[in-house]
Amino acid sequence: MNINKKSIISVLLNLSIAILVVSCGGNNEKSNTQSKLSGYVKVDGSSTVFPITEAVAEEFRKVHPKVRVTVGVSGTGGGFKKFVMGEIDINDASRPIKGKEIKKANENVIGFIELPIAFDGLSVVVNKYNNWTDYLTKEELHTIWKPGSTVKTWADVRPEWPEKEIKLYGPGTDSGTFDYFTEAINGKSQVCRSDFSKSEDDNVLVQGIAGDKYSLGFFGFAYYKENKDKLNIVPIDGGNGPVTPSEKTINNGTYQPLSRPIFIYVNPESIKKPEVKTFVEFYLENTKHLVSEVGYVALPDKVYELGLNRLNKGVTGSVFSGRNTVGVKIEDLFTK
Amino acid sequence: MNNFNLNSAKRKKNERIFKYLCQLFTWMSLLILLVLIYHVSIQGLHYLNLDFLNNYPSRFPDKAGIKSALWGSTWLISLVFILSVPIGVASAIYLEEYEKKGRLARLIEINIANLAGVPSIVYGILGLTIFVRFFALDRSLIAGALTMSLLVLPVIIIAAREALRAVPQSIRHGAYALGATQWQTIYHHVLPASLPGILTGVILAMSRAIGETAPLIMIGALTYVAFIPESVMDPFSTLPIQIFNWASRPQAAFEEVAAAGIIVLLLVLLTMNATAVLIRNYAQRKYRW
Repeated sequence: MNINKKSIISVLLNLSIAILVVSCGGNNEKSNTQSKLSGYVKVDGSSTVFPITEAVAEEFRKVHPKVRVTVGVSGTGGGFKKFVMGEIDINDASRPIKGKEIKKANENVIGFIELPIAFDGLSVVVNKYNNWTDYLTKEELHTIWKPGSTVKTWADVRPEWPEKEIKLYGPGTDSGTFDYFTEAINGKSQVCRSDFSKSEDDNVLVQGIAGDKYSLGFFGFAYYKENKDKLNIVPIDGGNGPVTPSEKTINNGTYQPLSRPIFIYVNPESIKKPEVKTFVEFYLENTKHLVSEVGYVALPDKVYELGLNRLNKGVTGSVFSGRNTVGVKIEDLFTK
Repeated sequence: MNNFNLNSAKRKKNERIFKYLCQLFTWMSLLILLVLIYHVSIQGLHYLNLDFLNNYPSRFPDKAGIKSALWGSTWLISLVFILSVPIGVASAIYLEEYEKKGRLARLIEINIANLAGVPSIVYGILGLTIFVRFFALDRSLIAGALTMSLLVLPVIIIAAREALRAVPQSIRHGAYALGATQWQTIYHHVLPASLPGILTGVILAMSRAIGETAPLIMIGALTYVAFIPESVMDPFSTLPIQIFNWASRPQAAFEEVAAAGIIVLLLVLLTMNATAVLIRNYAQRKYRW
């Protein structure tokens, strides 16, 4: 009996040791001698920017296999909280840094280099069987989405449209996408009617709109691009006639006011580490080829050159923060 | 009471209805699990191969793999096991066998029961403040494992106490009568006899730890990691974080990759639980009274 009791406990012990040993076992990475660069590059921030940074990190690893790039997803705001404490090298941001965050950074003597890396076009979409919505003006969108909006049916938007209840879908209020849409359409970020279906997961919005003939919603262009067959996209009239979002109209700035730049913010102290500097340079040099693969739109070439310039000169501070960037061309901001 | 009829049709009918109702609910929960497994298999099986287990995350669904997350989860769960089981079982033994039943004991008891109901994100905030920042463990495996251990400790303690309480007093008395000390009694008789119950608690706790995401994201577990952790101070990713990221991507193919990830997570979970169940059954066969 005694042996048996002991054996149970020793089985348990052995099990835990076995698990430990198995998990400690190293593996044989294919070592690549192309690059001697090593160390960590710590990135965190927006889930919108994540696919781009992941793509860059994946390509970077092929050239510099010993540099460990890690990317977290704690949201633009969550990432900035870590950034201003100096805990990460780079923050992925789907909106410019806010005044509050700059203040916090100054308190901790942490600077930042602001680098726009791509465009994200917000797309307004309706159901596939919606054959009446030819376009929407910025004013009509405002009427639908403003706080206390009285729009209940499609006929409330334009009298000739069906008198059916309009079902609204949008991203959760914590997302940078929601911030930007409300700023562009309602004039101030976070100001919006609250009686619409929200989800942090844009795929849920896609499902909702695809399943409801009288629905209307908005989300990132990438999600429309992947679900073209299930949805109809609505051209937006920002004042110069209706424009359908496409890579071309987002890139050349004619799709307004719903295309926004997305950024990475780099800690200038981190740039002193060669692995971080090389990574950021690699980022700016390769992003334009990688963004379309993950559903975003590249910036004009000149902006990447200007970004590299800022990086090499170590220009800190924000040209986007606190400014209404809706409808502003990026080159103009940077060359000023 | 005069009209009480032992064989009345009504009594028999009620009996049958109740039985079928219970049967229905049992099958329903099983059916839901089967539907889930079926759905996930249909979606994910064709992505599930050795490459999937051996590749790092990628922007291409065909190249995307779960290696770093799988290793991250294995590390994490092993550390949580090593940290939480001894502490949890020791606490339970102290509270059940040594502690005098007084006010303090009741206070501790209430606190542990309350802790079991605290939302996991609160543990994440606690872990961030204490382990990541105060103890400067950074966003490492050990910080994640310590946070998770706090999260599952109440579950283990409560289950272990129940198990210890279920051991008949006569066993303890018998041991004392033969001159055993309290420690000998606990080590040789009480603990082995309560092992099945304790293991059930450990299974529940580990299953919870492997599926949790919120507190880990809070303390800074990562989504893209292209290396395997080599020490407890290394940054890491875990299976649920990786699966969530794939599921929220715009490309439909990533949904299938996510399904393959779910299959891996289920397999890890089932292997873990099966091992514990085997040990439990072995222990149960040995100790009967």
